[in-house]
Amino acid sequence: MHYSKSHATWVGFFVFLGIGALFFLALQVSNLSSFDHGDGYRLVARFENIGGLKVRSPVTVSGVRIGRVSAIDYDKKTYQAVVEMKINPTYDTLPADTSAGIYTSGLLGEQYIGLEPGGAEEYLQNGDQFEYTQSALVLEEIIGQFLFSKADELKKTDEADSQ
Amino acid sequence: MNGIFRFLGETVLQIFEKLGRGSYFLVLMLGGVPEVLKRPGLLIAQVYSVGVLTVALITISGLFVGMVLGLQGYTILSDFGAEQTLGVMVAASLVRELGPVVSALLFAGRAGSALTAEIGLMKATEQLSGMEMMAVDPVKRIVAPRFFAGMLSMPLLAAVFSMIGVLGGHGVGVGMLGVDDGAFWSQMQASLDVREDILNGIIKSVVFGFVVTWIAVFEGYDCLATSEGVSRATTRTVVHSAFAVLALDFLLTALMFGDF
Repeated sequence: MHYSKSHATWVGFFVFLGIGALFFLALQVSNLSSFDHGDGYRLVARFENIGGLKVRSPVTVSGVRIGRVSAIDYDKKTYQAVVEMKINPTYDTLPADTSAGIYTSGLLGEQYIGLEPGGAEEYLQNGDQFEYTQSALVLEEIIGQFLFSKADELKKTDEADSQ
Repeated sequence: MNGIFRFLGETVLQIFEKLGRGSYFLVLMLGGVPEVLKRPGLLIAQVYSVGVLTVALITISGLFVGMVLGLQGYTILSDFGAEQTLGVMVAASLVRELGPVVSALLFAGRAGSALTAEIGLMKATEQLSGMEMMAVDPVKRIVAPRFFAGMLSMPLLAAVFSMIGVLGGHGVGVGMLGVDDGAFWSQMQASLDVREDILNGIIKSVVFGFVVTWIAVFEGYDCLATSEGVSRATTRTVVHSAFAVLALDFLLTALMFGDF
């Protein structure tokens, strides 16, 4: 029932430790410390195929993350995927003819949008759309193309042999 | 035949009776909030015995659980050449599941059983009735501080468990097995979300703390006032707590991370 001063000190230490652990989890383990997705300007890109891109996937230039994908929608008129991304306002000097492509980090890693800056004088503004985009590579399609081209090659060499 | 039905009926009625008494007891305990606020010393003494004394157990268990996760995760992930994602695996499983669940189970074993035994023994030695005779409400004076101390300690203990576990996994993965330090943290930070993962883990531990402490103090207060009654109540606390935590964990996981 009675508590001593040392008990109070230990309780204070315990609460401090617990709250410190919560801060550690929030800052070191999760993404609170990295770029806040609340602000930033908006850019839109249209892709034929976005593969495994997700909301919150990173947007990078030369491998450095400058923003995140904020929304993904499907345009039923043009049959294209519409990807909306929020870019950190510090990086507001993307040329107007910048192209956007969907790449994969590593063989099995997550997919991200890589931006390739162009040479235009003007910069992309809030709400602008990318002119040039490159869709995600779908592994099955590549393998399929490879097999077909291989089969064609074999057929040609067979024909050449029989002649 | 008649006997079977009577047995079944009596069992069901007993369960409902106990649930009813437990809920009424919870309301009485919540009525003890002003008493606890008026005498913070009661709460501090209980946070010491319920929380501080459990920290050592939580720290050591968390360290070993994290280390085992690091070791097992590395063995499996390196088969796919994906040992870079070890940090994600260790942190996600600790923050989402193992942190709240294992620390709640340890808490039930270490602190919950002690609470039941303490309150049960007070009842068996008629200390509680003695307090009532002196017009001191034992629910407000004895039980409520213990209940709130447990509820306060549990999320903090779960956070400590997760933190130490992540550090343990880091020690094994990066220190012993040679996973890249930067990839360990950056992949973890990229995949774990504050609201989705950390906050949901905290919510889980708050719920578990509530349930485990509630069971513990209620079993103590409700036990038969004999030495055998106290021992049975203590056993029931651990068994029911473990059961409630694991069942609730499934429900909460389905609600938080399921797609429905």
